[in-house]
Amino acid sequence: MEAFTTHRGILAPLDRANVDTDQIIPKQFLKSIARTGFGPSAFFDWRYVLNGDPNPEFELNEARYANRSLLVTRNNFGCGSSREHAVWALAQDGYKVIIAPFRGEGDDYIPGFADIFKNNCSKNGIVTIELAEDVVEQIFQIVYGQEGLEASVDLEKQTLTLHGEEDLSFEFDYDASVKNKLLKGLDDIEESLTYLEDIESFEKTHATWITL
Amino acid sequence: MAKTLFEKIWDRHLVRDLPDGTSLLYIDRHLVHEVTSPQAFEGLRLSGRSVRHPELTFSTMDHNVPTDDSRLTIKDPISKAQVEALETNCKDNGIHLYGIGDDHQGIVHVIGPEMGITVPGLTLVCGDSHTSTHGAFGTLAFGIGTSEVEHVLATQTLRQKKPKTFKVEFTGKLQPHVSSKDMVLKLIGIIGTAGGTGSVFEFCGEAVESLTMEARMTICNMAIEGGAKAGLIAPDQTTFDYILAEDRPFAPKGEAWDKALAEWKKLPSDPGAVYDRTLVIDASKIAPQVSWGTSPGMVIDVDAPVPGLNDVPGYSAGDVQKALDYMGLEAGQKLTDSKLDIVFIGSCTNSRIEDLRRAAKVLDGKKKADHLRLMVVPGSQQVRKQAEAEGLDKIFKAAGAEWRWAGCSMCLAMNPDKLSPQERCASTSNRNFEGRQGAGGRTHLVSPEMAAAAAVAGHFVDIRDWNGGN
Repeated sequence: MEAFTTHRGILAPLDRANVDTDQIIPKQFLKSIARTGFGPSAFFDWRYVLNGDPNPEFELNEARYANRSLLVTRNNFGCGSSREHAVWALAQDGYKVIIAPFRGEGDDYIPGFADIFKNNCSKNGIVTIELAEDVVEQIFQIVYGQEGLEASVDLEKQTLTLHGEEDLSFEFDYDASVKNKLLKGLDDIEESLTYLEDIESFEKTHATWITL
Repeated sequence: MAKTLFEKIWDRHLVRDLPDGTSLLYIDRHLVHEVTSPQAFEGLRLSGRSVRHPELTFSTMDHNVPTDDSRLTIKDPISKAQVEALETNCKDNGIHLYGIGDDHQGIVHVIGPEMGITVPGLTLVCGDSHTSTHGAFGTLAFGIGTSEVEHVLATQTLRQKKPKTFKVEFTGKLQPHVSSKDMVLKLIGIIGTAGGTGSVFEFCGEAVESLTMEARMTICNMAIEGGAKAGLIAPDQTTFDYILAEDRPFAPKGEAWDKALAEWKKLPSDPGAVYDRTLVIDASKIAPQVSWGTSPGMVIDVDAPVPGLNDVPGYSAGDVQKALDYMGLEAGQKLTDSKLDIVFIGSCTNSRIEDLRRAAKVLDGKKKADHLRLMVVPGSQQVRKQAEAEGLDKIFKAAGAEWRWAGCSMCLAMNPDKLSPQERCASTSNRNFEGRQGAGGRTHLVSPEMAAAAAVAGHFVDIRDWNGGN
């Protein structure tokens, strides 16, 4: 995996909550046995009209977002199917960072991202940033208000900065293990195989009705 | 210290805690299907790694498979290539494969339990979000992405952060004709599709204990629709009887059975075990559920009106408006007034023999409404065989249904079975997302009995007081 340290690019909005992975990459594209080629199919059903032309009503198709590499959206992004194709599609369509709001606390807590999607992002070098709902609302307003707005992320420092008329920075929480992996571009399997001895000794004591 | 069912399974599978705060968790069973595995096998090849435990890896084809008589010859060249890639990958790596034409082919989450691959107390994963189904046995089962599929193939482990525990207790008894599908839809309607994120549900209470194994699988199947990592139900005599009831080739036998059973009996949560969150739902008050929108959390009692823009907890007025527009509905209208075009009975949620029996009981001696199409798609070839032995296929055909071969079919439209734009479908599947069953298609999620009754009436009815169309 390519390491992620800092990134600066154009920020685009997708003002929808509960965007599911069926929307990010519809099923007809899951038939591929390759890991590449998914980019142009990201958000396919929203992005194109029936004859294949870009849908002028889909906000990410606006010319001002043509070169975007950061996305700000609403809560529970990436829910539904576990298909990693959704993350491959976003990565190959140029997205490096996705920002979504968390809401509430305790029993009322609603996260920015669905679990499997967020985990899949961490395996593909996409940084998923969760910020409070009012902060994300503020980011939406700034993005809508300024054409070509750039934003940058410093993962080491855990900061997101909007480069508007003046710079505006936000700090975000990040899982330490995922952060370390992204910063170094580590390969999970290679890492886990350094514990091969532990796996082997575990297997020796695991019940045989389980190990078949 | 008192432990929950989840904690017992987690502790039993912990290879070690890692310095980065994650845990290396041993995986007992790995199920594989054609859609989410080719890139994982390719990754193994590129890095020169091999499958660590092919004997713990089980594979079938379900998503791409046509369910009509053309099933043995896939016409779509891309689907065909994907299915062939799985054949090659399984052959090259010595992995069990129940492919097209095999007597045991079927939806991966139907054949696992059927073959005794799924038993209590395991960790089980698959590159498929509905892997949560297997939690019905008291086994920790969850969906993973393709990178993790590769990780399991290479190491037989996963790196995981320990999830939270979320107890969902269904008290009381269900009303007649109300099913476990209604229980789980009701739950998602309450907590929303992100309500369980980061947690493992444990379903319990009188209404859960009295469910059959297959009904339990339906609840756990849709745990992911509530955002949860997994759903669990404590194993009990119902579980053990289910495993013993048929010849399940991979279930423990003889001495191994005795050892396993002794372990399984220790699995239920200890009295006084603490959960991170608890929710109690009175099962006796649950009405048959119908989804009205484009998210499984957009669900109502069958006799309730379609909600207004500001009446749906967890969804903004804008989201509700988009959903109403997509579904061709207006706030205040009754779903019982909407004409249906297709009724689909199938999917990993509701395609097992009991689901088909319940649907057949409603359809027995009746005809589907003339204007609609009724599809019944068994979850596996074994389910199909059993249904035919019981004469259910005759009931379905006499009612005007198409009796199909096993596969995912119209649940996700990766195969020839799909909705056309604006077609309205009563579906026993799990997701009503935009375009899920075909671009522009409109999905209403319901139980098999509700779907069967809707097929006869031509629109939704309240199965509790329906007179059978007479």
